[in-house]
Amino acid sequence: MKQNIINIAYLVSGIMFIYGLKRLQSPATARKGNQLAAIGMLVAVVATLFFKELLTPIQMLMGVVVGAGIGLYLAKKVEMTGMPELVAAFNGFGGIGSALVAGAEIARFMAHNAADTGGDEFTAISAVTISLSILIGMITFTGSFVAFGKLSERISGNPISFLGMRFITIVFLVAAVGATVWMGMENVTFQEINADAMLYGAIVVAVSGAFLGILLVIPIGGADMPVVVALLNSYSGLAAAATGFVLNNNALIISGALVGASGLILTNIMCVAMNRSLLNVLIGGFGGDGGDAAAGGGVSTAGMTVNSTSADDVAILLSYANKVIFIPGYGMAVAQAQHAVRELGEELAKKGVIVKYAVHPVAGRMPGHMNVLLAEANVPYDQLFEMDEINAEFETTDVAVVIGANDVVNPAARHDKASPIYGMPILNADKAGTSIVLKRSMRPGYAGIDNELFYNSNNQMLFGDAKESIAAVTNEVKQL
Amino acid sequence: MLENLIVFILASIIGSEVISKVPATLHTPLMSGSNAISGITIVGALIVAGMVGDAWAMWIGVAAVIVATINVVGGFLVTDRMLQMFKKKD
Repeated sequence: MKQNIINIAYLVSGIMFIYGLKRLQSPATARKGNQLAAIGMLVAVVATLFFKELLTPIQMLMGVVVGAGIGLYLAKKVEMTGMPELVAAFNGFGGIGSALVAGAEIARFMAHNAADTGGDEFTAISAVTISLSILIGMITFTGSFVAFGKLSERISGNPISFLGMRFITIVFLVAAVGATVWMGMENVTFQEINADAMLYGAIVVAVSGAFLGILLVIPIGGADMPVVVALLNSYSGLAAAATGFVLNNNALIISGALVGASGLILTNIMCVAMNRSLLNVLIGGFGGDGGDAAAGGGVSTAGMTVNSTSADDVAILLSYANKVIFIPGYGMAVAQAQHAVRELGEELAKKGVIVKYAVHPVAGRMPGHMNVLLAEANVPYDQLFEMDEINAEFETTDVAVVIGANDVVNPAARHDKASPIYGMPILNADKAGTSIVLKRSMRPGYAGIDNELFYNSNNQMLFGDAKESIAAVTNEVKQL
Repeated sequence: MLENLIVFILASIIGSEVISKVPATLHTPLMSGSNAISGITIVGALIVAGMVGDAWAMWIGVAAVIVATINVVGGFLVTDRMLQMFKKKD
């Protein structure tokens, strides 16, 4: 009876997760959707706490309280610009959580405990599901924290690779598979638990997973971070689903599958937006912190000159325009310029200028990064446009203002077959009447390549800190 | 096992259908929100750790409960913080 109540509770929470995610289809209903999913989680946890006969409820409750406190603190403290690394860190916690549950299951089997969690006997399937759960969980854990380090610039954003890296990856994969087979053979064929095989097998799998996670993320460059964050998001779901298989628990399987699917879809969207395959991203080592010598590119920009402009000139240009499109990039986040940009947009709107924002799918360090920053700055979401919606409009736009974006507006992607970003869909800033690029210096973007846009005759560069430049322009606009 | 696989596949299909319609504007909250959902391992942690007499299993489980709760509580809260910022023009 009690098990039935629990199962119904899990069904209810699964339904709430699905409808919660469905409400994320519109910004108007999204907040309610997230709350619905949170209530779904509460239902699942409460049902488990009250209807399972937990032997150690106090310790369990303690764990919940401690975790909730840490989660609350992190969620309140984070700046919106720090969101990518926080999401990466949460991914990591989810991953290690799944691995630990599988570890606890190993301990249970070793202790030969009759108290059941689902399938009592250790079968070949148990060996495989437990190993998978530990492996994916550990990959998610270490991978996410390497991504966290790269995103928060605690470790270099440059792709790191070394001779024999792929060989080592294969060695760890083989070790994990071997340990799983050993665990299964020892424990299934002899009809009793071989504690050594259990423990050491699990440790080998865990260590392999830990190294595989690191090896997965270190060769990936700064420009590809959105893909990795999305992929790790998917892994954290798959790890939860694998744990569900271990425990025969539908709540875990359903939720894990939802998250796994979500992460994969985002990963795919990011890859398409860069015109590259996932495999290419994972082994590509594309793009560092910038500042490296300009790599590749068939068109030489050596000897070409750029037009430099001033805040006053930009202010005049913008004030007398009919339509202005802002193109934000990671540089806007770094300079914390989103509030200044919104203010400028409002001033222009007062003068009757049509103001829109064009957001490239891979702008920033995670999917949707720019949208969150602009929302934080109170830019209404109906002024934000996706690439496909707005690209045709550039030809009828007077001024395109590029704020800290680079590769996503590089026209070389359209025609220069030698360019590393050839084929990547870009925002057509060069088709606007005038393009203005706000930039600190002439350093290349994250892909480490020079940008043809800068050398166009109808392009003007406004050098300096994006926040200060925008504020200066806004001041001038106000006085006009 | 087969039953688990059926549930997994069906849920994946539903997930793909629902999530592919989420606009790019909401991709960050989608990630952090779905990430919080993957903290469902908290349920697994409670089950394993709370139902077993073995001390090792229990303490590993408590550790799992803690990290999974960080994931759940932190994930949902931060998503809520983001989503309340998305406003229409007034």
